[in-house]
Amino acid sequence: MQLTLWTYEGPPHVGAMRVTAAMRGLHYVLHAPQGDTYADLLFTMIERRDTRPPVTYTTFQARDLGADTAELFKSAAREAYERFSPQAMIVGASCTAELLQDDPGGLARALDLPCPVIALELPAYQKKENWGASETFYRLVRGLAGARRDRPLRDRKSCNILGPTALGFRCRDDVREIEKLLATLGVDVNVVAPLGASPKDLTRLGDADFNVLLYPEIGLAAAQWLERAHGQPFTRSVPIGVGATRDFIAEVGRLAEIDPATALETNDSRLPWYSRSVDSTYLTGKRVFIFGDATHAIAAARIAQDELGFEVVGLGTYAREFARDVREAAARYGVDALVTDDYLDVEAKVAELQPELVLGTQMERHIAKRLGLPCAVISAPVHVQDFPARYSPHMGFEGANVIFDSWVHPLMMGLEEHLLTMFRDDAEFHDGAAPSHLGEEQEPRRPTSPAVVSDIVLAWADDAEKELKKIPFFVRGKARRNTEKFAAERGLATITVETLYDAKAHFAR
Amino acid sequence: MNALAPLSGLANGACDAAPVIQERGQREVFCGLTGIVWLHRKIQDAFFLVVGSRTCAHLIQSAAGVMIFAEPRFATAILEDRDLAGVADIDEELDAVVDRLLARRPEIKLLFLVGSCPSEVIKIDLSRAAARQSRQHAPRVRILSYSGSGIETTFTQGEDACLAALVPTLPPEPENASHSLLVVGALADIVEDQFARLFDVLGVAPVRFLPMRRAADLPPVGPNTSFLLAQPFLADTAHALQERGARLIEAPFPLGAEGTTLWLRAAAKAFGVSEARFDAVTSPARARAEQALAHYRDALAGKRVFLFPDSQLEPALARFLAREMAMRIVEIGTPYLHRRHMAPELDLLPKDAPIVEGQHVEKQLDRCRAASPDLVVCGLGLANPLEAEGFATKWSIELLFSPIQGYDQAGDLAELFARPLNRRARLEV
Repeated sequence: MQLTLWTYEGPPHVGAMRVTAAMRGLHYVLHAPQGDTYADLLFTMIERRDTRPPVTYTTFQARDLGADTAELFKSAAREAYERFSPQAMIVGASCTAELLQDDPGGLARALDLPCPVIALELPAYQKKENWGASETFYRLVRGLAGARRDRPLRDRKSCNILGPTALGFRCRDDVREIEKLLATLGVDVNVVAPLGASPKDLTRLGDADFNVLLYPEIGLAAAQWLERAHGQPFTRSVPIGVGATRDFIAEVGRLAEIDPATALETNDSRLPWYSRSVDSTYLTGKRVFIFGDATHAIAAARIAQDELGFEVVGLGTYAREFARDVREAAARYGVDALVTDDYLDVEAKVAELQPELVLGTQMERHIAKRLGLPCAVISAPVHVQDFPARYSPHMGFEGANVIFDSWVHPLMMGLEEHLLTMFRDDAEFHDGAAPSHLGEEQEPRRPTSPAVVSDIVLAWADDAEKELKKIPFFVRGKARRNTEKFAAERGLATITVETLYDAKAHFAR
Repeated sequence: MNALAPLSGLANGACDAAPVIQERGQREVFCGLTGIVWLHRKIQDAFFLVVGSRTCAHLIQSAAGVMIFAEPRFATAILEDRDLAGVADIDEELDAVVDRLLARRPEIKLLFLVGSCPSEVIKIDLSRAAARQSRQHAPRVRILSYSGSGIETTFTQGEDACLAALVPTLPPEPENASHSLLVVGALADIVEDQFARLFDVLGVAPVRFLPMRRAADLPPVGPNTSFLLAQPFLADTAHALQERGARLIEAPFPLGAEGTTLWLRAAAKAFGVSEARFDAVTSPARARAEQALAHYRDALAGKRVFLFPDSQLEPALARFLAREMAMRIVEIGTPYLHRRHMAPELDLLPKDAPIVEGQHVEKQLDRCRAASPDLVVCGLGLANPLEAEGFATKWSIELLFSPIQGYDQAGDLAELFARPLNRRARLEV
């Protein structure tokens, strides 16, 4: 039994819905009690989709339990086929229906519907949303891609793009950006799946020469199977950030036997120049905490350190399936990976680290807001505002531009930071005033930093506390933390003004 | 014990007028767990712990909007494989979760263990767990249980189950207590205060409210208590109060100027307030309400409205829209129709307005499209798809989260329906 206030991932059948809702001509019949239909609103509200997800729920009730819930499932499946005439169907059970052991797969087979029906086993009490999406996509690919065959003769190499789903982070725009990039390279796109693909399209997957795996959390299992069954290699680098995009281009070049020089030259990312411009000097060494799905978190860490000159002070993921990759990445930055799906653990870590920027999910947005820290969202789960109307990819060179803007804007503007320091005693710039771009309403709250470091309870002398308040709020958390660390290491019980400045001198390396 | 969801057919009601069509199939209705989202705000020192699956946790956070920034006063104890397989002792696990929670949240005075579909199906005895934990944490925290499971309750029935669980814990009235009024059903604080002032001027006293704002302020109940339902979905709570000897005052629900007047008047009558006094006290507020409503009548009169089932408020809303805003009712969906509590509403409804109890969402959407109404009142899952088809929609959930009861909210209630039409009229894209 796990106590949870907010969760990063829904149940595995929501993952299956993310795949189904992304596709065309596929229908999902889900054996589930009526409350489970809430999942529709994830798509129609958070993603602001204009159609209902193609899911039929059996919505059984207590009084059905004594009767025949299996019959209910069969009539729902039959009706769904008649109404929607899908090219293929998937069937499965949600957590409650799993306890009933009605076997939707067997029941659907007995119906002998005139379309392929793929049964999903998604253990609701063991697995979560991303796993459910991955398993669903894998089952669909395996069920529909057919046997290995000779590829059609073509002048140009062709690939599939695997992994984008409904409710994913920036999938829609990422796909467009990567399609453009592949076109520049001279590679054709055979099928994009699951986003926008039909079951018929999945039968053509085997025609491509290789696969581009954009979202390993969703597409890795399918890509590995296609590699085994259809001899299609797949890309390992995920093109998020300038460096990773260059790696990706080189990798596609190798797989497609194409010289990637042109694509690399047409690199129009502004990130490298913006990062070198003098205004960006203030970004130097900004302490950043990163949490999200494994792919986005690892990519964010590389960009933060190598492309923006930040210092990665924390890196973590809620995706236990990819914990090893995140641990390896964390080791490169000299930090311990935080692998947890308890947002309270993440909150405690952020409060302890007092980073200057948080890069995370919708949950970290809550946490950062509570602690008064700047934050940008880099990964699902996300909120309606993370489905922007404008073109806003995170992948490819345009994605790097978007990342520069969306990560740097929550921070202080460079010049503004210097002015605040210089004029901090002026009424307009007093240290409680929020930066102009945050508006008056947003009086930042002081991070609730634990005053306990090691076993010693540290007390701040009044004058030291007052002196601390003279430090601009956006570095005050760091100053507090450094001072407390400094005092704890020296066994000091009380922090005086001297301690504060001793610590400042100590850390001013 | 919760009422079985729909169609259990209580035909002993007073009303035999309106035709009620019963329908079953896929339902687009939240389960009773969702009631937590407004109940935790109403009872300010209560905490709601759902004992359920990851789906339950995901539902609550999605229904609450992933946009609430404060640490919520609800959480989920997620059942895992080891709980189901009997590897873990569920009682021990649950006790440990509750201990951890109460240690983290010392301000909590009342904890509800909320049953869910899986906990009901595997028959976890939460009432026993609540009794055990109450003994352990008394007197600091009281622990109660109810079921908000989607196999037993829809959306607003969660509030019913919660309040019904509270009723046995209400203190008895003292011997020879004077006649008192209990207003039952979660209302916005501002609405509660307005009603309290009106009852005060009317001379109806004492007046108490359930749910209470603080866990300790339990209203006493007994044979001298009359109670008035402020919400139509409180069948079990009403039953539990009657078991304690309290008497139900039957009335339409306080929506719109007319509904509010009829609701207040029923109470005034039960407390022997004269008609003259009633009119003198209520007429200024009533005039204000009518003035506010007139402001929206042009926009709404003659427009055709289709209500999908959601909260059981639908018949009362339809009555308000038809009688006070002159709208034409295409269909009134309701997840469940308590014929007795709804009888005063049904008597006022246009006789040709079909009431559909239960739901087959696809067929209902077919009827809606065929009827092509001017406004559709529906849940969050259906609204955007219907907007994309060209319909103006109103989220039914707003009718629970917004203060809509009473004279001074009558205009706001009308505005909720007028705004989608107003918006469509403005847009040129």
